[in-house]
Amino acid sequence: MDFAISVKNLSKKYDNGFQALDGVNLDVKKGEIFALLGPNGAGKTTLISTICGIVQPSSGHVEVLGHDNQSQYRKARSHIGLVPQELTTDAFETVLNTVSFSRELFGKAKNAAYIEDLLKKLSLWDKKDTQIRMLSGGMKRRVLIAKALSHEPDILFLDEPTAGVDVELRKSMWEQVRQLQETGVTVILTTHYLEEAEEMADRIGVIRKGKVILTESKKTLMEKLGKKELVLDLYKPLMTLPDDLKNLDITIVTDGMQLVFTYDPLKEDNGVVSLLEKLKEYGVKCKDFNTRQSSLEDIFVELVGESS
Amino acid sequence: MNLRGVSAIYKFEMSRTFRTIGQSLASPILSTILYFIVFGSAIGSRITDVDGVSYGAFIVPGLIMLTVLSQSISNASFGIYFPRFSGTIYEMLSAPLSFVEMVLGYVGAAATKSMMIGLIVLATAGFFVDLEIKHPIWMLFFLTTTCITFSLLGFIIGIWADGFEKLQLIPLLVITPLTFLGGSFYSISMLPDIWQKISLLNPVVYLVSGFRWSFYESSDVSLGVSVTMILVFLSLCIGIIAWIFKTGYRLKN
Repeated sequence: MDFAISVKNLSKKYDNGFQALDGVNLDVKKGEIFALLGPNGAGKTTLISTICGIVQPSSGHVEVLGHDNQSQYRKARSHIGLVPQELTTDAFETVLNTVSFSRELFGKAKNAAYIEDLLKKLSLWDKKDTQIRMLSGGMKRRVLIAKALSHEPDILFLDEPTAGVDVELRKSMWEQVRQLQETGVTVILTTHYLEEAEEMADRIGVIRKGKVILTESKKTLMEKLGKKELVLDLYKPLMTLPDDLKNLDITIVTDGMQLVFTYDPLKEDNGVVSLLEKLKEYGVKCKDFNTRQSSLEDIFVELVGESS
Repeated sequence: MNLRGVSAIYKFEMSRTFRTIGQSLASPILSTILYFIVFGSAIGSRITDVDGVSYGAFIVPGLIMLTVLSQSISNASFGIYFPRFSGTIYEMLSAPLSFVEMVLGYVGAAATKSMMIGLIVLATAGFFVDLEIKHPIWMLFFLTTTCITFSLLGFIIGIWADGFEKLQLIPLLVITPLTFLGGSFYSISMLPDIWQKISLLNPVVYLVSGFRWSFYESSDVSLGVSVTMILVFLSLCIGIIAWIFKTGYRLKN
């Protein structure tokens, strides 16, 4: 299949000796929302910057819709829109001017109707003649998104799009990203909000110390690593487990009033029924129970912890 | 060639100029007037003609060069340094734009602006002295190549600088002394022998001399040498910029 982005053995060592990327391999499929997840300093921004042509790689290759981003940089870059992490804007320009400027910079003919539509969708049309310095942080972020979309790119990079953005605005951004995906745009976002990746992404890549340590569809990732917990509230405290149950993954919490059993929900015999039967045998009575699925956050902590 | 991209940068830079048109023009016009009052009237009235040209008229080409050199450098260096400083350079670097196109946009706008200012200084000088331009085509040639060459130099400084202080460093410590000692206000032939020879190491001498020749046909060095030297500087600046872009120096690291 053709990939939107294909990264091969990409490395970047900065002049100060910092190895920001260390042999990254990554394929992003056309039309998907891909979340690049990783702690601060993991290399997320360097990876994006290298793909977009802002940072010169030390070695390796990047293809954007089949175009090498060095030898065919014009074709490669014309497909990409980039929303940077920092709110870097020309403070004294008006919204409309700066967005039109971006479109021209990418070599596209003027299209007033498209720009108007874009600004309306991002709720910026009312502010089109306002200088950017007069806008709030959230609005500046949307101006940057409008600039990135001004030349109708096929691939949109969002570097920490919702950093410092309030919950309501975040939700509305997610909505907009989904709408973009519906029009066929491939979206690659970096985030350290796991909630965001969980909510948005079709696939997730985890980057750590300049290496992509895992790429997986969100569903597979959650299934593969996602465990379930069964929490049983007991009538009477239980201080020690019967010998029979000691080989199961059970912990006693809240002074013996609760048992937590961790199991793999995908296994045919996940042990839940036999546990309940055994407890009944031993006369341990439950007054309530509930189950919970581990979140992406738990998975992430586990992954990042493992490889450290 | 991404001509739309070039024109976008050019228009952006020019609109920055016109947004501050008052400041852009007021200071060169004011300093020209001051130079005329000090050098033209106060001191100049005691100086005899130089090569048959009144002292007031003699200094006009040098004055224009002085303004054009510093304007070209400051416009171009600020133009490229500011996006680096504020971070908006990301958009240039991620656009389907070759480095040559980037330079055309930035340097083209900086050179246009200093050219405009040079012509305005010329017009202002016309109020004080009778001007005569014997070779207008050569005059425009020198003015244009100087604007382009020193805008390229400014562009290099803007990429090299990593703070606002450094932007000022080369104009203040190198360009201003070279211009003042480059025969802007005197003919090199007025100097003792040894200083005449030393002056020939100063690139500005060739610019001012050639430019002055286009006005009055009087020059310190021959026209051919002036033209050769300015083309050498131009090539040198282009060479350095080519190297910067090839290595990504200060831009992509």
